[in-house]
Amino acid sequence: MTSPRPIELVCPAGSLPALKTAIDHGADCVYLGFKDATNARNFSGLNFDDKAMAEGIRYAHDRGRKVLLALNTYPQTDNWQRWTGAVDRAATFGIDAVILADPGLMAYARKTHPDLRLHLSVQGSATSYDAINFYYEHFGISRAVLPRVLSLAQVEQVIANTPVEIEVFGFGGLCVMVEGRCALSAYATGESPNCDGACSPGKHVRWEQTPKGMETRLNGILIDRFADGERAGYPTLCKGRFEVGDETYYAIEEPTSLNTLELLPELARIGVRAIKIEGRQRSPAYVAQVTQVWRAAIDRVLAGGQPFRIEQAWMAELNKVSEGQSHTLGAYYRPWK
Amino acid sequence: MKIPAFTLPAPLARVGARLPQLPPTLALVAGLNLALDRVLPRDTLEPLAGKRLLLKVTDAGMALRFTLTPRGFRPLLDSGRPDLTISATTRDYLALALREEDPDTLFFSRRLLMEGETDLGLLVKNTLDAVDWDSVSTRLAALKLPFARQLFARAH
Repeated sequence: MTSPRPIELVCPAGSLPALKTAIDHGADCVYLGFKDATNARNFSGLNFDDKAMAEGIRYAHDRGRKVLLALNTYPQTDNWQRWTGAVDRAATFGIDAVILADPGLMAYARKTHPDLRLHLSVQGSATSYDAINFYYEHFGISRAVLPRVLSLAQVEQVIANTPVEIEVFGFGGLCVMVEGRCALSAYATGESPNCDGACSPGKHVRWEQTPKGMETRLNGILIDRFADGERAGYPTLCKGRFEVGDETYYAIEEPTSLNTLELLPELARIGVRAIKIEGRQRSPAYVAQVTQVWRAAIDRVLAGGQPFRIEQAWMAELNKVSEGQSHTLGAYYRPWK
Repeated sequence: MKIPAFTLPAPLARVGARLPQLPPTLALVAGLNLALDRVLPRDTLEPLAGKRLLLKVTDAGMALRFTLTPRGFRPLLDSGRPDLTISATTRDYLALALREEDPDTLFFSRRLLMEGETDLGLLVKNTLDAVDWDSVSTRLAALKLPFARQLFARAH
């Protein structure tokens, strides 16, 4: 399955309207999940039942676009069948590729559905070409989604040394990026994105407006307090403000969004095959706004010609929907290795 | 057309808060009940059953209290502690209804506040997001609701 486009724009969909919106605004691929813990955005009311899945795939395929299914959480021995069942359903539905993290599930998918295209999820946390080539040799993966910890030079080195297509994150929420191995949510709530499909599950989150500001609590633990007018972030432990010594500050990381728009020509030059937009938990409005900007930017890069120029309106639109107070190039742009 | 930025004049919130809240609450639950089963799947919303829901329209001074019963949405007449409170301005509720704004975006910029049982709020938000107006609008055409049709036509 090859795409005519040199760089695919991969957009998130938490619902059928979000999927349609992504496609209508220029996504080449849409990624989504079932309504359970088999994917890393397992939130109440989000994701696709069988009816929405069938309609979404039909809508995408009628327009020559692809649908990728995230099955990127880790099954346990007592629920193994739920995950293999999800792989079987994906194959039956005619999904274009499944995005997997667990090697056992990958072996099952390869053996049971030899024609099913496999992508290695960011949750697999493979950061070297050796790791990616291992998955290629053993399971025949077609694509790997890189964790957001590599510099641009390192991404280039990976691409030069693997036959596997490389997908990178272009825009969206950032976390501490220990993907697939982060235990912070589990530490506070007993549930982690890796096994339960949700970081800071809604049932453990409480917001409250108090005289001191808006307080965020995770399973009763105060993790942040926002002054009036101060921009807020997601209620995750990594983005909390904590007392360290006699200072209260973002001791782990600040709430911020990744935005690599200005690196787009470089990403194209080094051979990145797909750009992923984060945000299956977001609404169709976000999907429309972000997809539109990235479609225009990618088209401009692919058209070549004049030096790549970023429209101010693009950045304004992306900043508006960003988490926290700022955006960042993340690890892509850093002098040290 | 995008909804312009606006906030209702401050005195309105003070006056609104003194007015009876039942008429706007009745209008809200009537709209919700019209949508229930037709647009909003009742089984998905089941976790809302018996929960005390409060919708605050901050710049209009409105506080709409209601719940979901086996017979549909009903106003709540007392002011007991709500299980879920959602607060925003008139403009932002309209922008959300028309899918011009993303709730997380409004939350990050502190224009939308969700207090109480967050999971219920996520359920409401995601259930509304999942409504596929493409298929609903054909069914709505059979109903004699010109205003609703116009609103839905704008929304998608």
